[in-house]
Amino acid sequence: MQAFAELLDRLSTAPGRNVRLDLIAAYLKSTPDPDRGYALASLAGDLKLRAARPSMIRELVADRTDPELFRLSYDYVGDLAETVSLLWPQDRSANATPHLSEIIGTLEAAKRGQVPDLVAGWLDRLDPTGRWALLKLLTGGLRVGVSGRLARTALTRLGDADLPAIEEVWHAVEPPYTALFDWLEGRAERPSLAEAMTFRPLMLAHPLEAEEQSRLDMADFRAEWKWDGIRVQLVLRGGQGRLFSRTGDDISAAFPDLMQTLAGDAVLDGELLVMRSDGIGSFNDLQQRLNRKTVSAKQQAAHPVGIRLYDILFDADRDCRALPFIDRRQVLTDWVARHASPRLDLSPLVPAVDWEQLAKVRADPPHPAIEGVMLKRADSPYHAGRPRGLWFKWKREPHRVDCVMMYAQRGHGRRSSLYSDFTFGAWRGDELVPVGKAYFGFTDAELKELDRFVRGNIVDRYGPVRAVEQSLVLEIAFDGVNRSRRHKSGVAMRFPRIARIRWDKPAAEADHVETIERLIT
Amino acid sequence: MAEGKRLSWLEPRPGGLYCIPGDFYVDPVRKAERAIITHGHADHARPGNNHVLATHETIAIAEARYGSNAGRSFQRVRYGEVTRIGDVSVRLVSAGHVLGSAQVVLEHGGERIVVSGDYKRSRDPTCAPFEVVTCDAFITEATFGLPVFRHPSASAEVGRLLASVAAAPERCHLVGVYALGKAQRVIALLREAGYDDTIYLHGALQKLCALYQRLGVDLGDLAPVAGLPKQALTGRIVMCPPSSLADRWSQQMPDPVTAVASGWMRIRARARQRGAELPLIISDHADWDELTATIRDVEAGEIWVTHGREDALVHYARSLGLEARALSLVGREEDGDTETEMEEAGS
Repeated sequence: MQAFAELLDRLSTAPGRNVRLDLIAAYLKSTPDPDRGYALASLAGDLKLRAARPSMIRELVADRTDPELFRLSYDYVGDLAETVSLLWPQDRSANATPHLSEIIGTLEAAKRGQVPDLVAGWLDRLDPTGRWALLKLLTGGLRVGVSGRLARTALTRLGDADLPAIEEVWHAVEPPYTALFDWLEGRAERPSLAEAMTFRPLMLAHPLEAEEQSRLDMADFRAEWKWDGIRVQLVLRGGQGRLFSRTGDDISAAFPDLMQTLAGDAVLDGELLVMRSDGIGSFNDLQQRLNRKTVSAKQQAAHPVGIRLYDILFDADRDCRALPFIDRRQVLTDWVARHASPRLDLSPLVPAVDWEQLAKVRADPPHPAIEGVMLKRADSPYHAGRPRGLWFKWKREPHRVDCVMMYAQRGHGRRSSLYSDFTFGAWRGDELVPVGKAYFGFTDAELKELDRFVRGNIVDRYGPVRAVEQSLVLEIAFDGVNRSRRHKSGVAMRFPRIARIRWDKPAAEADHVETIERLIT
Repeated sequence: MAEGKRLSWLEPRPGGLYCIPGDFYVDPVRKAERAIITHGHADHARPGNNHVLATHETIAIAEARYGSNAGRSFQRVRYGEVTRIGDVSVRLVSAGHVLGSAQVVLEHGGERIVVSGDYKRSRDPTCAPFEVVTCDAFITEATFGLPVFRHPSASAEVGRLLASVAAAPERCHLVGVYALGKAQRVIALLREAGYDDTIYLHGALQKLCALYQRLGVDLGDLAPVAGLPKQALTGRIVMCPPSSLADRWSQQMPDPVTAVASGWMRIRARARQRGAELPLIISDHADWDELTATIRDVEAGEIWVTHGREDALVHYARSLGLEARALSLVGREEDGDTETEMEEAGS
């Protein structure tokens, strides 16, 4: 655990990608199995521990510290694991620190009720860095600047396998990845993918930048609608099916209505949407089905889901990924024709003559569940990751309204000393009502200015929240509006961000709630 | 003194902490006719006061920084020396913060108030140790007034710096330190740990290092960075103000490991904001354990808490049954952890 803690500690302040890669590779080379495998899973975000909810950690620390001092400390530090690691009373008599694999093995075998005592015992035996690392591990989300991809890139330093080869097998192996290390270090064959209903890494698109647009020839591309659902991969084999999210999580169990209807043998790429006999539902509809472990018959009937397909990776055993997009599209079209289902259909191509015409249809799409257009090179292979120059997403212009800053709160992580979370409001009559919260959209320099504005204009405090003088207008960009019972204003914006700070604009000239209500779809 | 009674002859005013029967300010934030200065950091020693009473070292530091603007007339005192101002007896005792730093012990009408200024209880080879003075009211700083701040041993942190220097001989170690106090303490600790090589200094650190040496603090062999070829700094330790770590000046360093020596480095987010690859938790301010120990040691019935995270320390003092309140002094921002404040306050 100490070696892993030191790795995380150094990663948390490592200045760049190469330094991080060096640190991870050095750790993987010098640490034995199975510890390194669990560490790798943790770095890659693939370690599934059911153990510790933040509330449990809070209870543990509450038993050992003054609640007021804990509250003030947490508000200041802005990170639960770090706060607890620093506040935890040090047991100077402890000496044997636990191994990472010991911790994970013990947790897997433990009954739920035993977990708090186990965690407390380990915290007693570790130093502040060790405690921080353990809590990060247990609560998930290390936030040390390492993506799954970076962690897997470090694996290329162990042997001859390149990143695409490692990505391909990644979803077929499990922590602590002994078979993977054996292969990478030349002790065994590549882990088999044949029988496994395995998630294959997705191909992702870049946002279309204006300067890039001028360099692209429309004739090289095919256009599709960009559907406002969630990206999924459907794996069908031998009468069984699995549905994966874009990050490879198996989400089949939440969609029995869809999975029961499917047959065939393929790996397909598409968008999960609410599909009713009278058409596609909005993202708001789809949300009724998301983030659920189980789903009632009523929900299934009210919000039936289906997949709008736009690519095919495997047709039975045939790997189509090296084919050009237009050829895969033909394979997909044929496949859909052979497997007719009310739950599956083909995402149509959008005729694209030139930029002007495409911009016009993008601005006025035929359905509210369309959030823009996708552009894919006709000759693009299905290349896992986010390759440059092949696929582009060209979203609709966001809506914009002028709101007034009402409350501010310190951020978390990197921004924990700065007031970076802002609640803003719009006018209803002569009163401002909160309509949303934004944490991003501004540059680091603008953040400093916003922070300075907050510090100089505090009028009230509610715990960590600061009410500010209602004078600063923020131009808010957002992608859509839903009706909301949780907000006093009755509206909830999607992806609100601060597009501009209107130092020049008087608060009285900000927008009214009715303006936002009119945008509800 | 009686339970619940509040001492009333020292009060916070817009110009700073004002002593009524002595008609003077302690660490005034605006130009004052008569000022007592606790130590040389810029948020305590400001230019333009008329009569200034401070330790010999603090006045030397103020003169080095402000030249003829440091004050019109000076009264240089030694630790323990008693001066009478109006109806108040004034004595400076060591605060252990930086060279010359003092607590101000004020006595009037049978009551004693101690204004600590900034202080620490941990060891520092460049200045005299903190002296406990029991009193009726104790005015404490709270820069690190949260229980998450527990500074490790400064010598051990310097040991980490030396281990990194040994592990990366092909790189240069660039250490961000405040010009007054931190720079000299880190250098002195490096010398204690047996590091005898020349230590290279950014121009902004030279004046005060030279002053420390003139005042009898041995810092070993120091040399300016200016004018040296890049390769000459490979494997060396270079010190600069924290603000220089990120500016163009630092690009003349050969592949530097960026280290920052500050109490804020305890919090990872702060270390990241500062761009510290090697955060060193070394502070010239008392940590939580030192603050709370001091509150107990001085046996005061009343605790006033200034600049920093006052809430937690006030809460703690009240939990001991003491009268405690936060003093909001003008000129110090709500959090005291903004960049300029960090530079000035030598955290």
